[in-house]
Amino acid sequence: MARTASSRPAWFGVVPLILYRVGSALLTLFLVSAVVFTISGLLPGDAAQEILGQSATPEQIQVLRHEMGLDRPAWTRYFEWLVSIIAGDPGMSYVANMPVAEIISDRLPNTLKLAGITAVVSVVTALTIGVVGAINRGGRIDKTLNVVTLSLVATPEFLVATLGVLLFSVTLLWLPSISLVNEDASWGEMLRSLALPIMSLTSVVVAQMARMTRAAVADQLDRPYVEMARLKGVPFSRIVLFHVLPNAIGPIVNAMALSLSYLFGGALIVETIFNYPGLASLMVNAVTSRDMPLLQSCAMIFCGTYLTMVLVADVIAILANPRLRA
Amino acid sequence: MTSRLYSFVRALSASGRVGLGFVTFWLLIAIFAPIIAPYSIGEFVDRTVFSGWSNAYWLGTDFLGRDVLSRLMWGARYTVLLALGAAILAVTIGTSLALFAAIRGGWIDEVLSRIMDTLISMPSKILALVLVAAFGSSLTLLLAIAAFTYVPGNFRIARALAMNLIALDFVQVARARGEGTAYIAWREVLPNMIHPLLADMGLRFVFIVLLLSGLSFLGLGVQPPYADLGSLVRENVSGLTEGALAIIAPAIAIATLTVGANLLIDALKPGGKA
Repeated sequence: MARTASSRPAWFGVVPLILYRVGSALLTLFLVSAVVFTISGLLPGDAAQEILGQSATPEQIQVLRHEMGLDRPAWTRYFEWLVSIIAGDPGMSYVANMPVAEIISDRLPNTLKLAGITAVVSVVTALTIGVVGAINRGGRIDKTLNVVTLSLVATPEFLVATLGVLLFSVTLLWLPSISLVNEDASWGEMLRSLALPIMSLTSVVVAQMARMTRAAVADQLDRPYVEMARLKGVPFSRIVLFHVLPNAIGPIVNAMALSLSYLFGGALIVETIFNYPGLASLMVNAVTSRDMPLLQSCAMIFCGTYLTMVLVADVIAILANPRLRA
Repeated sequence: MTSRLYSFVRALSASGRVGLGFVTFWLLIAIFAPIIAPYSIGEFVDRTVFSGWSNAYWLGTDFLGRDVLSRLMWGARYTVLLALGAAILAVTIGTSLALFAAIRGGWIDEVLSRIMDTLISMPSKILALVLVAAFGSSLTLLLAIAAFTYVPGNFRIARALAMNLIALDFVQVARARGEGTAYIAWREVLPNMIHPLLADMGLRFVFIVLLLSGLSFLGLGVQPPYADLGSLVRENVSGLTEGALAIIAPAIAIATLTVGANLLIDALKPGGKA
């Protein structure tokens, strides 16, 4: 296949591969939706019974079941649910008595803001840690960074958050311990109120990223071209910035996209501890109040974003690897 | 025995020894909590809430005036035993299914792998939340949910290990002798993949501790009157602004347990300095 494609532009060989990945991601998302619906919609028993309570007569339950469409076969219910989610109108929240779409569109920008800033901060931090570790390979700095990142991987988000609050808002009085989101707040004020959540989230994401960056850079440093450049007298910082990093960028970006998917798990805890009105804390509330339509939509958004991240990581790996491209 | 233990510790890196120390410490606390805890778990011992450390209460009192040290020991017992149980369950189920899929092959492998791939493409905390919303969170359910959440990850690793093994001659010979699936799995394949499997179980343990304490912290995990370390952080969160030991102690307890286990597993890796 590589031979016959040689007359076409270089990027041509990638297209079917990427289309295949997109297709299989869509298939996975479809299967995930079936899992979410089965667990939350079919298995827990009768929503009508639960809403009416123990004292309801069988007739009342029958009527409500019919109104809610629970008396129809599981297949029909699943596909109707799926269509409503895809159409962006997953119905009414049981608890808030508002359309789910409205509640979510209220919260989503907040989470995107938090996740976006965290992504930028953690990518920069991870790159720095990873590169510093790799160029000092085996040295004291590298060993220290290794133990630090290895420990951070296993540190619960709420410890970082708790210690952060203790240090910066209780002892030093620098930062607020609750992040209120104010529409008119300036960027400076917003960053100040988001500083602790961002710090906690970053600590969760950065460790894995830094470890993979270090591995990718260290791998490149072993290549003959680095030795050649050194022998030619190219300054080491130039070698790292202009020769090694561009070559390592594929695996690094791949690692970053994968690590950023940890953001969601972390966001659940961090948004709750700081009372941040985002999508993750909304989902936690939906679980507490057993608000299934809201819960299902939140779960599908998180799973969809996660799959997109993995897909992006995959595609970048393909684009960055000439052997997969040809 | 003692000398083997000694040489095992000697072979570990410094960070591995720290990890071993923490893990042993928390295991002992978990096992002996009922004996060594100074007070019973729900006992109100003092009128002062969030008091600092004193001779009577080494880690002070919590938001209701209960002894933090005792609650910490009992909490560690729930955290460690639940997570250990769930990790063993997850690895047992995941590996059994993986061996079954790898040895039988064909459509069984196809279907099982597809299901596991689907489950693995859901973030584990999201999957656990959906399960908790559907079924609730009694201790037994939490154990089952935590195990279920981490079966797919173990399945994937165990299947990859098994696939490498079943291509080897001794498995082919056993097949030619006409041995059954169970015999091949138990006698030929499993003994050759036990070390990476144990390492994987250690990692699952760390994940499950983080998952369960996270759920409890959100109020969706272990419910009163029981309390694990995550519940202790949650119930004392109002003491955060006073810098109470009641919230810091359990948070540090979880971190030392998971970080310790992680350092130990890393030191035991074949590529590591062990």
